[in-house]
Amino acid sequence: MKTFAQLLDRLVLTPSRNAKLQLLRDYFATTPDPDRGIALAALTGRLDIASVKPAMLRGLMAERMDDTLFRLSYDYVGDLAETIALVWDPQPTDATQDNEPASLSTIVESLQMAGKTQAMSILTGWLDRLDASGRYALLKLLTGGLRIGVSARLAKLALADYGKIDVTSIEELWHGQEVPFTALFAWLSGKSPKPTQTAAAPFRPVMLANALVEADREKLDAALYAAEWKWDGIRLQATSEAGVKRLYSRTGDDVGRAFPDLLEAMDFEGSIDGELLVAKPGSESVLEVGSFGDLQQRLNRKTVSKKLLASHPVFLRAYDLLEEGGENLRHLPFLERRKRLEKFVSQLESSRFDLSPMIDFGTWDQLAEQRANPPHVAIEGVMIKQWDSVYQPGRPKGPWFKWKRDPMLIDAVLMYAQRGHGKRSSYYSDYTFGVWTEDGALVPVGKAYFGFTDDELKQIDKYVRENTVDRFGPVRSVIARPDFGLVFEVAFEGLNRSKRHKSGVAMRFPRISRLRWDKPPGEADTLNSLEKLIS
Amino acid sequence: MTPAQLLHPTPKGLYCPPGDFYIDPVTAVPRALVTHGHADHARAGHGAVWATRQTLDIMAIRYGSDHCRQPMPTEWRDKVKLNGVTISFWPAGHVLGSAQILVQYQDLQIVVSGDYKRGNDPTCAAYEAVETERPIDVFITEATFALPVFRHPAPEDEIAKLLRSVDQFPQRTHLVGVYALGKAQRVIGLLRRAGYDETIYIHGALEKLCSYYIDQGIELGDLQSATLDKGQKDSFAGKIVLGPPSAFVDRWGRRFADPISCFASGWMQIRQRAKQRGVELPLILSDHCDWDELLVTIKELNPREVWVTHGRDDALIRWCELNQIKARPLNLVGYEEENE
Repeated sequence: MKTFAQLLDRLVLTPSRNAKLQLLRDYFATTPDPDRGIALAALTGRLDIASVKPAMLRGLMAERMDDTLFRLSYDYVGDLAETIALVWDPQPTDATQDNEPASLSTIVESLQMAGKTQAMSILTGWLDRLDASGRYALLKLLTGGLRIGVSARLAKLALADYGKIDVTSIEELWHGQEVPFTALFAWLSGKSPKPTQTAAAPFRPVMLANALVEADREKLDAALYAAEWKWDGIRLQATSEAGVKRLYSRTGDDVGRAFPDLLEAMDFEGSIDGELLVAKPGSESVLEVGSFGDLQQRLNRKTVSKKLLASHPVFLRAYDLLEEGGENLRHLPFLERRKRLEKFVSQLESSRFDLSPMIDFGTWDQLAEQRANPPHVAIEGVMIKQWDSVYQPGRPKGPWFKWKRDPMLIDAVLMYAQRGHGKRSSYYSDYTFGVWTEDGALVPVGKAYFGFTDDELKQIDKYVRENTVDRFGPVRSVIARPDFGLVFEVAFEGLNRSKRHKSGVAMRFPRISRLRWDKPPGEADTLNSLEKLIS
Repeated sequence: MTPAQLLHPTPKGLYCPPGDFYIDPVTAVPRALVTHGHADHARAGHGAVWATRQTLDIMAIRYGSDHCRQPMPTEWRDKVKLNGVTISFWPAGHVLGSAQILVQYQDLQIVVSGDYKRGNDPTCAAYEAVETERPIDVFITEATFALPVFRHPAPEDEIAKLLRSVDQFPQRTHLVGVYALGKAQRVIGLLRRAGYDETIYIHGALEKLCSYYIDQGIELGDLQSATLDKGQKDSFAGKIVLGPPSAFVDRWGRRFADPISCFASGWMQIRQRAKQRGVELPLILSDHCDWDELLVTIKELNPREVWVTHGRDDALIRWCELNQIKARPLNLVGYEEENE
């Protein structure tokens, strides 16, 4: 328990991804089973224990401590678990009693056996025996949701690091492994062979493409490649086997709950790789694709209302067929798989599944022209796939390329700069930029913190320090007038309407593409010109 | 005479009319008693200053030897008469030279704690309870960490946390933010006690005070200034570097290899507070009493009344109420939260 508490303490405050990975890897390497497996389950949201409600904890504190003192403490700290962990006054414990919560497994086991009232008294006993950091970890564990800035994906990457294997192997096995992942750890530590996948409808690691560089293109023979549109949705794997239906994200997370409409329509035996898109309602025969903004309405929801299901129906635009009726197709060439896919999709519910159309082209120049004039706004470029490529997990170099449409560009004026984190904490490295409104004021339209070189960062930092107008904690506002200021050329992938932003627009994936020291700020773009770019 | 007639708050600080002196005045006054050398308690420009020898030395280091017209060094526990008011200085355990001041006049006994702590500190005289023949009428206490959430862990454990991280991340520099007077030397002293005998690097702002501590016989081991010859960015990898926190987020901090920012302060107990400051490794090391130490001290001294100076007075006054101790806030202005 102590090492887990120390791990949480460090992870909460560590901004660097590499440092987080190292902390996790070291933890997995030095913690015995089954505790490391339980920690892994907690980090990846797979730990299933009776949770303790905040109201129960408040009740417990009311019995032990003056109300006013507790309220003053809670007001100051702002987090219930942390407040209790800190103010807890341990009662002298009976040394003969043997319920020291030395390990995560003891905690999980005892709670699984205990009833609700019993659970509270067990908890009280543990809080008496742990130190503040242990109490915090325990309470976070029991109230659910660690919220320590570690995604399931990061935990899996750390596992892969620890076992010196590719993360796709972890993703492939993930859904068949039971907490506390003993077989998985035995394999990663080299003590036993790779566990076999026994679960029905497992995730199959996804094949990804490399970005096409101009120089590469000249070397490629266009005749050997197929091309299709790159749709701007969510890459998804729809797998249905032996009555088990699952929708996996490209990193192997089960996301089916958010898309019951699609899940329901999965009347097949097999596994399809495709893009999740939103259809305009009523577009039954030929599915008309909604914008990415429409799709966003359906993302990150725990439950989906009937109204939303009707107004924003989702469907899968199929790219590839990985498995059909128990037969693995992944070793077949793309040409072969594509033929099987066309036949397969034709038998599916047409309002939920359709085929990603191929692009007819003879030369790269012809393809470039199509790419420059896509038939739909939800297209973000083209995909190029070797006709004879097998389906390989990961991002192999060569068989597949993505050739994204050129980003949108605007010139915006630097308004605020914020200090970075970790390595960049001595630099003003996060920039808010704005464009001109009709009445000649600047309105912020986005924020970016990359796209520039280290040298450019030094120059901007110097500029910010020398042209500060005001400071608010870690943020400085800088001079931004039509006749004086710093102009950024900002690149981004798309623009949506947004009620949350003052400007009414939100950029997707904005980054600084060029510093325009030469450009007078008065000549930067206007909100009007920006609005014309909304898809 | 009532206690409030003997000592009461004014905009310049605590004032004693019969003795005609201020304690820790925030502006220049003719006669001042100074508890310790932190800048918000010890200001320059007074007429006569009564303080311990070490506090006067520290003031001279910070402000120059002409920081006051007449330094009046006092020995521990020696009774000094000022216009018939008897004063004496007692160790407060806060930083080198820090004192509590006992003010006695006629039948009245008032203890002014200044800043104090009860925890282990190898770099200054430990807190000592004031001894009086009569019961103490008023204990004037600080309340910097007067909330039940502040329970400072053992300093040794915090130092172990730092050393564990140095082990785990040998390619990175550990930058430890410390206050120049007291905290810096305490962190160094604790590191040495934990067996860390490598060179510790310090920022220029710490040098004079560290040298003074060493002159006073406090062992700090090998210290070097954290200066850098051009082209040696990796020379601090795996090392511990101490400096004022403000320097780390400034351009000075850029010279270090992939730094981990650490901060030694009682405030680090609250995770959100650490996060806001961008601290990766908080070290909960305080030069003030935590909640339990405040309560223990009040119980031990058993004063008739508690007056609370700067800090979180509402919680401490609530606790006094619950324990039938008369208490009131003094609302003194001009004292900063430690290191904010």
